[in-house]
Amino acid sequence: MNDELMLETTDLVKHFPLTRGIVFKRQVGAVQAVDGVNLQLHRGETLGVVGESGCGKTTLAKLLVGLEQPTGGSILVHGQDLSKVSGREVRRARRNIQLVMQDPYTSLNPRMTVGDIVGEPFDIHPDVVPKDKRRARVQELIELVGLNPDHINRYPHQFSGGQRQRIGIARALALNPQIILCDEPVSALDVSIQAQVINLLEELQDELGLSYIFIAHDLSVVRHIADRVAVMYLGKIVEQGTHEEIYDHPTHPYTQALLSAVPVPDPELRGHRDEIVLEGDVPSPANPPSGCRFRTRCWKAAEICATEEPALEERLASAHPSACHFAEERDVIHRVA
Amino acid sequence: MTMTTARAKSNGLPDLDLSAPLLEVSGLQVEFRTRVGNAHAVNGVSFSLEPGETLAILGESGSGKSVTAQAIMGILDTPPGYVTGGQVRYRGVDLLKLPEQQRRKFRANNIAMVFQDALSALNPVFTVGFQLAEQFRMHRGTSRAEGYKRAVELMDLVKIPAAAERVKNYPHQFSGGMRQRVMIAMSLALDPDILIADEPTTALDVTVQAQIMKLLAELQRERHMGLILITHDMGVIANVADRIAVMYAGRIVETAPVREIYAKPSHPYTKALLESVPRVDQKGHELSVIKGLPPTLTRIPDGCAFNPRCRYAQDVCRQPPPPPLYDVNGEHTSACHFWEEVRGQ
Repeated sequence: MNDELMLETTDLVKHFPLTRGIVFKRQVGAVQAVDGVNLQLHRGETLGVVGESGCGKTTLAKLLVGLEQPTGGSILVHGQDLSKVSGREVRRARRNIQLVMQDPYTSLNPRMTVGDIVGEPFDIHPDVVPKDKRRARVQELIELVGLNPDHINRYPHQFSGGQRQRIGIARALALNPQIILCDEPVSALDVSIQAQVINLLEELQDELGLSYIFIAHDLSVVRHIADRVAVMYLGKIVEQGTHEEIYDHPTHPYTQALLSAVPVPDPELRGHRDEIVLEGDVPSPANPPSGCRFRTRCWKAAEICATEEPALEERLASAHPSACHFAEERDVIHRVA
Repeated sequence: MTMTTARAKSNGLPDLDLSAPLLEVSGLQVEFRTRVGNAHAVNGVSFSLEPGETLAILGESGSGKSVTAQAIMGILDTPPGYVTGGQVRYRGVDLLKLPEQQRRKFRANNIAMVFQDALSALNPVFTVGFQLAEQFRMHRGTSRAEGYKRAVELMDLVKIPAAAERVKNYPHQFSGGMRQRVMIAMSLALDPDILIADEPTTALDVTVQAQIMKLLAELQRERHMGLILITHDMGVIANVADRIAVMYAGRIVETAPVREIYAKPSHPYTKALLESVPRVDQKGHELSVIKGLPPTLTRIPDGCAFNPRCRYAQDVCRQPPPPPLYDVNGEHTSACHFWEEVRGQ
């Protein structure tokens, strides 16, 4: 890993308007799916983004690959602002950042053969590989992800879930991207298959020098694969740091609650961990609480939390950025007393 | 026990033997008859359950864990699914031999199930109050008003805030976690002594999962129910189960008390599974991988079904019959010819 910056977002915002009326549409509000996100991704690094459903993880992914246009803020890929470049340039720039999707059952076209699926990116970007070399390149890609290159003419339904996810990964690699964005890549897979795909992603990273943004709700998987971790809650990042900082020294109450809820496969720890059980559900992103968005479920909430939004910054009791007025370390995943 | 006796009499079940296990499944076999051949989903599953005990059934998709639960409940889709052998005994009475009407009555009073996907398990066109009250009307003969009153009590029991108002809501108006609470309320309505929870938290976020598992454990303790927890999550099991049965290709391959199995797994499949899950409290090394895929249920390998993926496999593993459940230490069994070697390392 070195310090070369691959991707940077500044105050990235995505609001989905809520409208009323059919002929005279007026906006009555907005779902604040992503609200001021700053991320940095370096070469060869894996950045994990964790959070519960509805926290804006997937919207963030869509913004980063250009499937949604941001309401505000900017995304710099290799220092180039994607919203400011011309049509043809956009295409070239987007090549660099590719997406692996969650559900290997719906993200592959059932009527296309594996060879067509993996080779389709070359139809859109014909200058990457000359036409006569495409088939060989597709076979090479299929082999790279650990499938049999002779299966190039098979259809997705002839493969298992884990194999399909490998096909999705091969497709993402086709254009030689430097950044791969994985949106819950293993959550649809069985445990024994999950490990295969995680190991494959790690091998590919070493081999090809890829940078990953790894979006997931499974904190154990993220700890395994990520170098740095960002924790999201209701469209904002509440805590960010290296995997040790986040997992072993969490300072934001939400991170602590989230980690304490993750079951550890070790019965010896039963009843010996610091237990935080959160009350209630995540508030609606259309009408988030004032100030700190977590305050409605937080046991530390005081008056200041409702009036003043805590900035994501290093604090006295937190060596890494934490968006809490009362940030304080608490070990919730290891054995206590 | 006295409660069970009283209730058992009111069920009109014949010849209950109160010294027999609460639930005893032996040699259960289920197959699905399909156009491409018979899929052997459950191939001789045996276990027992006592009041107050939590038995976890661990397995990946296609291991037969849900089908086992459906066969016990008597809600298997027939056709294509058929129970082709074995017994499911409740206090000594074989449920599989009961006529459907009696079975239904039994099911209402003694055994209940919580499903994974509460949204599709609840009826979208009736309020949750109606669906909760329906049970009291059908099986207890209460009036509509009384039924609603009991529904509110149940929703209070599972800690749904503002139960008196929310009883009039439809399933889609609840969040995922609240919906699962409604499911649990529904399963507890008629005070069952066995609860089967089939992946009750798989569709939920971790913080909600923690809430639901805590609730289930509390209710189980209060009511001294036997709980069968079906899951693929080894973290959840480590937190709540007393005993584990690990299933692979329709068979139980290992059973043991929960601490024992995590400390000394004695079947290669269990051992490999434990090594392949990342842990939140450790930065792992490379995850060990179980090569290959689970077998297709229409073509289960001869001998031990796990042999093509097993690093211990030898010729004997490829010969029928499949390995029996060897006794490891009285309360721990393993269906592996080489369990001593697996356990020893």
